[in-house]
Amino acid sequence: MSKRNGESGLNRRHFLATAAAATTAVSALSAPAVLAQGRPRVVVVGGGAGGATAARYIAKDSKGAVDVTLVEPSRAYYTCFFSNLYIGGFREFASIGHSYGALAANHGINVVHDWAVSIDRDARSVGLAGGGSLAYDRLVLSPGIDFREGSVPGWDLSQQNRMPHAYKAGSQTQLLKAQIEAMPQGGVYCMVAPPNPFRCPPGPYERISMVAHVLKQANPTAKILIVDPKEKFSKQGLFEDGWQRHYPGMIERVGPDFGGDKVEVRPDSLEVVVDGEATKVDVCNVIPAQQAGRVAALAGVTDESGWAPVVPHTMESRADANIHVLGDAALQGDMPKSGFSANSQAKVCAMAVRGALIGSSVFPPRFSNTCWSLIGTDDGVKVGASYEATDEKIAKTDGFISKTGESAELRKATYEESLGWYAAITGDMFS
Amino acid sequence: MTAPCTASANGLRSTKASGRHRPRPAGLAACLASGLLSVALLMVLSAAAWSADAGRGKALFDQCKRCHQVGDGAEHRIGPQLNDVFGRAAGSLADYRYSQAMKAAGAGGLVWTEATLDAFLSDPVALVPHSRMSFAGMAEADDRAALLAWLGGFSGPRSDLPPAEPTATPEEFGLDPRILAIEGDPEYGAYLAGECITCHRMDGTVKGIPSITGWPLDDFVIALHAYKGGKRVHPVMQMVAGRLSDEEIAALAAHFHRAEDSP
Repeated sequence: MSKRNGESGLNRRHFLATAAAATTAVSALSAPAVLAQGRPRVVVVGGGAGGATAARYIAKDSKGAVDVTLVEPSRAYYTCFFSNLYIGGFREFASIGHSYGALAANHGINVVHDWAVSIDRDARSVGLAGGGSLAYDRLVLSPGIDFREGSVPGWDLSQQNRMPHAYKAGSQTQLLKAQIEAMPQGGVYCMVAPPNPFRCPPGPYERISMVAHVLKQANPTAKILIVDPKEKFSKQGLFEDGWQRHYPGMIERVGPDFGGDKVEVRPDSLEVVVDGEATKVDVCNVIPAQQAGRVAALAGVTDESGWAPVVPHTMESRADANIHVLGDAALQGDMPKSGFSANSQAKVCAMAVRGALIGSSVFPPRFSNTCWSLIGTDDGVKVGASYEATDEKIAKTDGFISKTGESAELRKATYEESLGWYAAITGDMFS
Repeated sequence: MTAPCTASANGLRSTKASGRHRPRPAGLAACLASGLLSVALLMVLSAAAWSADAGRGKALFDQCKRCHQVGDGAEHRIGPQLNDVFGRAAGSLADYRYSQAMKAAGAGGLVWTEATLDAFLSDPVALVPHSRMSFAGMAEADDRAALLAWLGGFSGPRSDLPPAEPTATPEEFGLDPRILAIEGDPEYGAYLAGECITCHRMDGTVKGIPSITGWPLDDFVIALHAYKGGKRVHPVMQMVAGRLSDEEIAALAAHFHRAEDSP
């Protein structure tokens, strides 16, 4: 039922027309930097999974010896991870929101709600939209993603209410959920999936599962169309198995060999044009191609890929040793772009920054990641890996993935595990 | 004998299953009110129950014995020892490090009786939210009754207690006992713990992932080596433990043994 192939005997037109698709170590002390006077200053730009963790760990573990400022325009941060569960009705919206008060109150972090609009690497200062500037000894950039203009012809940010991306959690997520719930009976939800690399590799497909979960209850004759430029995707076997068990006949995916990589959209008429043929849909969730959040490019630390190359052992930019880049924006090697990865990288970065600025112990870096996804009620799956720093990249050393055919009991335990993980990791970022 | 609280424990599950129609559980107040009565009745009934259900209760305790000891010589391990638990105020043993939540529950009047233990075993975090006890709950009332009947035999005056069984030994996982003698570096452990606390909260909240704060060194070391050697099965934990050296496991054990509860 996934990527169509010639043997299936079906194509997208059949699917939409008939709705009968066969859905099938050694510790070392590094020398402290020689600083003019006063406490060394760290500015962290971006208060998501990477930035909040880095700010918290630098402040917490230096016990006040480092002055930490966090620049984040939003007063409340809504996590992308678990935002699909909100769409599916498994979480309240408020439960994925977090504020920055505890970082200020518990760790003395100076939280500045403003946009960083310029980086002067020679003067080592960050310019703010509000007019001020912040000097730094080390700068940590964790800006997440921005979308590549023109990657989906017909779509730009001015159209994000007609065709939401909902790939930066918040009002967009609420909008998409409202649109799904307002679909006419038997209507079509379409997702234009992003090309690699992108934030949260299983994210679009967990979203499909959650949309299907909602539609199965409220709108069981509705259809889901995925237009996907990729040959394959994360946890594909697990998702496809789950879709067949929970939502038979509802989901169809058009892969690149049927034009999934040749898509344009017409927001005014809510049409999706695949390989030259226009189809009217009722909700169109466009997740465009991605690149590092804009401030990384402003700082001049991105390369032609649009991402920011980093030194794996410290997450330092390869372009500027006074700047570290974390999370989705970093070009680091094998780790997926995920909140878990950003949190893991942030701890390594925080240790390196403290070591450089105040001479605290630096241990060999360790990285890990696990991504849980929910396919249906109590049907959780996960994929994870551990990583090490090599000179070239962050390299995968070991990994695991859930298997098809696991017991309902194990799937439920996996889902419950994800609830525990969410509580723990958000505490590790924002408490 | 425990009607109010047994009903409340059942009510907890029913509330979950059927939404808003059931009354909220009677909770602590009703359980506390019946506490003294239950203790008195237990003394009468436990002798008979001890013989009838002892075998089944002992077998059910297998779900508890990785953390708890009971019997002659029982010591606190991951959980407190359970001799004389009936009639004891929750969180009241001075030499065991309880979660803040359990201490607060005891200070608020929670006393362990057959009724309150039944409610706790049915759904631990429903009775004591943020308890560190990592146990999803024992669904069957008959099982809980059998387990509590057996456990009741370890409360009150007795002179012939069977010896307490160990929570874990290196031998059962084929480990060299010398791994337990390695002294861990807590500072290194604090760094390594960064990987653990992405999933394991420090404040005792248990939602699908157990608390690992305050564990005895031996239990911690044996558990991680059991994952590392594949004797305990969990993909994340096998991966995490798989790349930890003996010294790193000892360092983590030292760190979490000393760690305070905090979010």
